[in-house]
Amino acid sequence: MLPEPTFNSYLMLSAVLFSIGTAGVFLRRNIITLLLSVEVMLNAVNLTFVAADRYYHSVDGQIVVFFVMAVAAAEAAVGLAIVIALFRHRETLSPDAFTTLKW
Amino acid sequence: MDALLFWILAAVAVVASLLVVGQRNPMYSVLLLIVSFCALSGLYVLLGAPFVAAIQIIIYAGAIMVLFLFVVMLLNVPTEDPPTGYHARLFGGAGPRRFGAVLALVFVVELAWALREMAGTTIGRGAPSSVYDIGVRLFRDYGFAFEATSLLILVAMVGAIVLARKEPS
Repeated sequence: MLPEPTFNSYLMLSAVLFSIGTAGVFLRRNIITLLLSVEVMLNAVNLTFVAADRYYHSVDGQIVVFFVMAVAAAEAAVGLAIVIALFRHRETLSPDAFTTLKW
Repeated sequence: MDALLFWILAAVAVVASLLVVGQRNPMYSVLLLIVSFCALSGLYVLLGAPFVAAIQIIIYAGAIMVLFLFVVMLLNVPTEDPPTGYHARLFGGAGPRRFGAVLALVFVVELAWALREMAGTTIGRGAPSSVYDIGVRLFRDYGFAFEATSLLILVAMVGAIVLARKEPS
């Protein structure tokens, strides 16, 4: 019945998730959803690391996943702080409204 | 059994991620992302990495997503404005938007092509990796990176407080 998952299946799944995240970053117009799309991309990469770990019989990839998670936590904290600061200034979350640095 | 579980979890992860991106209400986006994380956690168990699966639930679904939920509730802007003008068209209008759609398409085609070239490599089976091995490797070989991470988190903490602080007027 269902085909046995290979290394390729995991890489394919990861690629699809990463593409969804990329599309989200470019298509949505809400800064919070943008940050969530970045989280989807980070998770797709994590899946690649763990699958490669299994394939090469090591634990290095899992350690990289921990570092990715730490960086994701830092990114979420700083990103959301910036979102709050921006919302105080403009009363909107649309990225099109923040054009002060554009010239 | 493993094959069935893989396809179910993969389908859940993809559908939940699609809904995260397609959702107009950020509240639902956050909750659906948690569903996606849970499915990925199940995939980690299938890949013999139970520790990563537990960390995924505890740190990602438990801590980071709660942070997002707090901000969504704090700002109280439930829905995105409906698309107007050039925003309504997917492949036309604004340069970044068209560029993004094309970029995503190129990613999928390129990766599918690359993966077809190396088809049929089966994933290894065996005992799940032990937490002991991970710990030894992490604190012995990756000690410097570990300490650098702690510095990164400290800087992020200070930065978040400085940025979100109300300006004394």
